[in-house]
Amino acid sequence: MVLEMLTPAQTTPGRFGPYGGCYVPETLMPAILDLEAAYADIAHDPAFWAELEQLQHTYTGRPTPLTYAARLSAAGGGAQIYLKREDLAHTGAHKINNALGQGLLAKRMGKQRIIAETGAGQHGVATATVCALLGMQCVVYMGVDDIARQKPNVFRMRLLGAEVRGVSTGSRTLKDAINEAMRDWVTHPDSYYLLGSALGPHPYPTMVRDFQRVIGVEARQQMLDATGRLPDLVLACVGGGSNAIGIFHAFLDDASVGLCGVEAGGSGATLGAHAARFSLHGARPGVLQGTYSYVLQDEDGQIALTHSVSAGLDYASVGPEHAWLHDTGRACYTTCDDSTALAAFQQLAEMEGIIPALETAHAVAEAIRIAPTLRPDQQILVNISGRGDKDIFIVADALGVEV
Amino acid sequence: MSRITATFARLRAANQVALMPYLMIGFPQRESILDLVPALEAAGADLFELGMPFSDPLADGATIQRAAQVALENGVRLPYCLETVAALRERGVEAPLLLMGYYNPVLQYGLERACAELAAAGGDGWIIPDVPPEEAQHLSQIARQHGLDVIMFVAPTTPAQRIQQLVRVASGFLYCVSITGVTGQRDQLWDGLPAFLERVRSYTDLPLVVGFGISTPAHVAHVSQFADGAIVGSALINRLDQLHQLPAPQQATQLAVFVQHLKQGDSFVTD
Repeated sequence: MVLEMLTPAQTTPGRFGPYGGCYVPETLMPAILDLEAAYADIAHDPAFWAELEQLQHTYTGRPTPLTYAARLSAAGGGAQIYLKREDLAHTGAHKINNALGQGLLAKRMGKQRIIAETGAGQHGVATATVCALLGMQCVVYMGVDDIARQKPNVFRMRLLGAEVRGVSTGSRTLKDAINEAMRDWVTHPDSYYLLGSALGPHPYPTMVRDFQRVIGVEARQQMLDATGRLPDLVLACVGGGSNAIGIFHAFLDDASVGLCGVEAGGSGATLGAHAARFSLHGARPGVLQGTYSYVLQDEDGQIALTHSVSAGLDYASVGPEHAWLHDTGRACYTTCDDSTALAAFQQLAEMEGIIPALETAHAVAEAIRIAPTLRPDQQILVNISGRGDKDIFIVADALGVEV
Repeated sequence: MSRITATFARLRAANQVALMPYLMIGFPQRESILDLVPALEAAGADLFELGMPFSDPLADGATIQRAAQVALENGVRLPYCLETVAALRERGVEAPLLLMGYYNPVLQYGLERACAELAAAGGDGWIIPDVPPEEAQHLSQIARQHGLDVIMFVAPTTPAQRIQQLVRVASGFLYCVSITGVTGQRDQLWDGLPAFLERVRSYTDLPLVVGFGISTPAHVAHVSQFADGAIVGSALINRLDQLHQLPAPQQATQLAVFVQHLKQGDSFVTD
């Protein structure tokens, strides 16, 4: 075959079983290959990771704590619930882990202009923050529907010196923001595209996972320190899937630890009313935005609209490594609908004094549902991927309260 | 010899450059294309790139995104695109017909089935921008078995070594992207274009066809000095937008006049 001319690494780039890959126009390939090479350079460079670790410690506030949810556990009467507190990381979510890692990489590549997309705004805020820290220009694409529902984060990004560009095509949410960010990158190949989740073309799913892996590495040791053993179940919400892959990864070889991702069940099971790529009607493997993974689509392969009360989970595809974990059975995936997530949001606030992001509330809801079915000597670890200040207006609206 | 190869051989012998209009199937009306293609062929168009609409066309600018949206609203999906190719052949269209679109709908339809049906319909190949050569092996293999070409892209940013690799897997012609950016009408062409094409030419004898941003007869005339063909897309879509009030046959007649100017490189038509 003529393709033997390409190196093996190029013919099977970034595959997780059959998933992943690099489905982008030729206009992007040179930039992607540069990025792949630059990431390969730093992946095993102790100096790079030492610099990142120093910033994680002095700037992000890592390690983030592990909190035992005593009242929530008691209320369930079953398993003990532990919370990995990514909400306490600087900027209020796990997104800073990836933004900081890629920001340092961009700096090392000599980039001065950073492009990002954002759904709930957490990745946009994290990227704007890192750009301010490192002195780089920042342009963030955000669907106009998301701009309307996540106003506090839009203002935060602007305060941090970023330019926020509204995207009014398609479903006007995360998917469309990624399309626009990629079009910007095609037009400005000298810019750095700081993709916010473990999705998109290779090398992003691998690179973003590697930068988020710190969550699980810390949490695994913290569980051992606090309880003397590993959790029985690890729960995380899954939009693109970066907080989930970040906490799952350190536990992959621990056969006794169950891994469960929680997708957005939205307002119903019909296509367009949810964002459950693994669990509900309309999802099967396909190619969207550079990667082969599970995709919500119609019979003709057109990408479906999605819905979730949480902008960060409102996406038609999912990171390819999750697709592989799903197929191999190493992780399971379930859903939580809008109203159950809203209830969990309030319950965590009232019982533990922690207001989680609406995305995170989906994972909390699954913990609340499953804890009573487990024994009191069993342990659940929940990734509290972000804090919920940004969501108070949505929740107030849903509760019929005027703020 | 494939229809594409024969077309470029004929044009080369006549010292002519290929004009390849891009039209979106289902735009502006569902069946517009059935009048447009024969009219444009009569006006001098040599090959056709027929767009298959996709919900997330990430290599395309605002004009083609909008046309895709209209086409989707008109109910156009891959099966209809394949039927359209057959219908155009029934109407006597002889020019090579290539389907352009994104990978997922073709993948969902089934690569084998899609290639078999496109070949049976009288189509000549695929232009699928989100399948770079690294991911094209499977599609290329099946397409070749059905006598179809899978067109490869070269961009201004493609390094020399990669161009050498690309031309080994390419067939039909090379789609040379004339700018770093998405599709869309432009006022001016990139001034590095001649040197870029010369660089590509040093690695291959395949016809070089330039696309992205070519909007006027003057652009076509300029590109003709260095390339074997020019693709005009967004400029035609924008014109169709202006003509959409007219009945379909009149739209076709009007657009044919513009294509005639494009083919002749008449620089007096600048609007």
